[in-house]
Amino acid sequence: MTNKKFILGVFEEEEVLLHAIENIRAAGTKIYEVFTPFPIHGIDDVLGIKRSRLPIAAFLYGCAGLAFALWMQIYMLGFDWPMIIGGKPHIALPAFIPVSFELTVFCTAHGMVITFLIVCGLYPRLKVPVLDVRSTDDKFVMAIEVKDGVTDVNKVNDLLRSNGAVEVNEKEVINK
Amino acid sequence: MQHVSPIREPLVTGGKTYHDITEDVSRQVEAKPNIRWALALAVALFFLGIFIYSVYRTLWYGIGEWGLNKTVGWAWDITNFVWWVGIGHAGTLISAILLLFRQKWRSSINRAAEAMTIFAVICAAMFPVLHMGRPWLAYWVLPLPNTFGSLWVNFNSPLLWDVFAISTYFTVSLVFWYLGLVPDFATIRDRATGPIARRAYALLSLGWTGSAKHWSRYETVSLILAGVSTPLVLSVHTIVSMDFATAVIPGWHTTIFPPYFVAGAIFSGFAMVLTLMIITRDVFRLKDYITLEHIESMNKVIILTGSIVGVAYITEFFIAWYSGVEYEQYAFINRATGPYWWAYWSMMTCNVITPQLFWIRKIRRSIVATFIITIFVNIGMWFERFVIIVTSLHRDYLPSSWVMFSPTKIDIGIYVGTLGLFFTLFLLFAKYFPVINMFEVKTILKSSSGVPHSLEPEESMHATTPVTHHNKHHD
Repeated sequence: MTNKKFILGVFEEEEVLLHAIENIRAAGTKIYEVFTPFPIHGIDDVLGIKRSRLPIAAFLYGCAGLAFALWMQIYMLGFDWPMIIGGKPHIALPAFIPVSFELTVFCTAHGMVITFLIVCGLYPRLKVPVLDVRSTDDKFVMAIEVKDGVTDVNKVNDLLRSNGAVEVNEKEVINK
Repeated sequence: MQHVSPIREPLVTGGKTYHDITEDVSRQVEAKPNIRWALALAVALFFLGIFIYSVYRTLWYGIGEWGLNKTVGWAWDITNFVWWVGIGHAGTLISAILLLFRQKWRSSINRAAEAMTIFAVICAAMFPVLHMGRPWLAYWVLPLPNTFGSLWVNFNSPLLWDVFAISTYFTVSLVFWYLGLVPDFATIRDRATGPIARRAYALLSLGWTGSAKHWSRYETVSLILAGVSTPLVLSVHTIVSMDFATAVIPGWHTTIFPPYFVAGAIFSGFAMVLTLMIITRDVFRLKDYITLEHIESMNKVIILTGSIVGVAYITEFFIAWYSGVEYEQYAFINRATGPYWWAYWSMMTCNVITPQLFWIRKIRRSIVATFIITIFVNIGMWFERFVIIVTSLHRDYLPSSWVMFSPTKIDIGIYVGTLGLFFTLFLLFAKYFPVINMFEVKTILKSSSGVPHSLEPEESMHATTPVTHHNKHHD
């Protein structure tokens, strides 16, 4: 059982939030997570989020799909049960383009989405780890983790307030 | 630096805040069903009943229940299939191509348009599956080893390409749509008061928290999905058109079919989106989100695609004459002047003439006129498929086998039945899912609401434009 304590700074404007992230990080305070109701342009840079490697994964899934489709069609119609259809060669590559294309897209899309769900830890569940429910509506919430004996709560409070947080709350999350 | 056009009209009117968007969109989901919705659902369920009865007759007595005959081997079934698939295309077009083109006006309509895609493809899939006669053997179209040894499916056949195209299209569209719904389900979950609603939306939202890191990955995923869906949409209707184009039947064997079918699909799809959105914005009081600007933009797409379709009809005629092939020439003269002249001229009137009315700004910006014209377009596009299929088949090379096609009650029942299926699904979606993409509208709110605002996030980082100067554009 691990309990985590957070200080939550609630912001009302995204531009204030962006400046606050810059200043708080510059002050040497580690930001645990920022929750926003919609994606904010430029937040990756100020938070220092690295570019996602999902495009590479997507590309690899696509290659796998294409390879599988070509192998399947060439093996089935070319070797396993060769049939002459309309006088075409057994391995009629131009006719294999549509199925190869569709399977490439199929594997790219589904492979990437499944990977995305796994890396983000998204799956159907009843208990939801939302720290402040208003962050899915219209508020921008910055969470700073409180480590006992390490974090100066008052300092973090002041830092959030002076950077434009309209509210500062504390929240404890009990992990069972 | 961002350029704000002084001419462009706001995409969200009424001076909304982020919270207002949540309220306006969630209201429908949280409120008790209203009478108009319940009545509409009752009508849709009635037609769904007709669908179930017609399908039962088809399965119990066989395909003989349909009006197919010796030369017209597929008529209403393939007409309806192509028509429904075409309607589906607007959804993916709006969500994928317009996303890549950074068209902000797509935000308010993409959710409903994508839902329409999913439901239209479900309706479309009913026809080839039922046409099999024994749908419980539908898995035979998959490349599975069978009891006769390793006899495989024919990968040279466009009908098999359809299997791959439609199933890929359906599942990818479904995933794209669902992924877009996840953050909005989270919003509804966090507002829900009832225990059932809270649990249901908690399960649906997959534990979405809106963390910045997740949003960052989410945007990457949607961009790539849009990137792969764009050629996917074009490929699907291209492949559907190849069902005809690879045949040697006069009137079908044309290389113009793939682009012409794609344009026609977008044309009918946008018409159906408009038909639905005009009703939805009125019933659910969403006029601040689906504005005249949106309707006008969609009407412009209709002018473009309608004109492409018109040019395609004329080109087909010209090529039939220019090719010097007498069968081809006869097929086209028969279309315009033969026993199905009424279908041909209905198609021409609805698809070529009516959308041209949108060149007039007043008509383009009139809700009533748009509604009427979009209905005409939907009818016209149905006739287009009917004309291509039935007029090309009813008179083949052998005059002794010439016949006329007439649909049976079951044919009609299945067709109006799929309309019932479609509207049942759409009405359930409109009631229980957020019909407008809340988080996307929130992202465009500040730049497109027409309300003077402080610095844009983009500008705040570069800070090149003075605030006062920026606001002037909006006043």
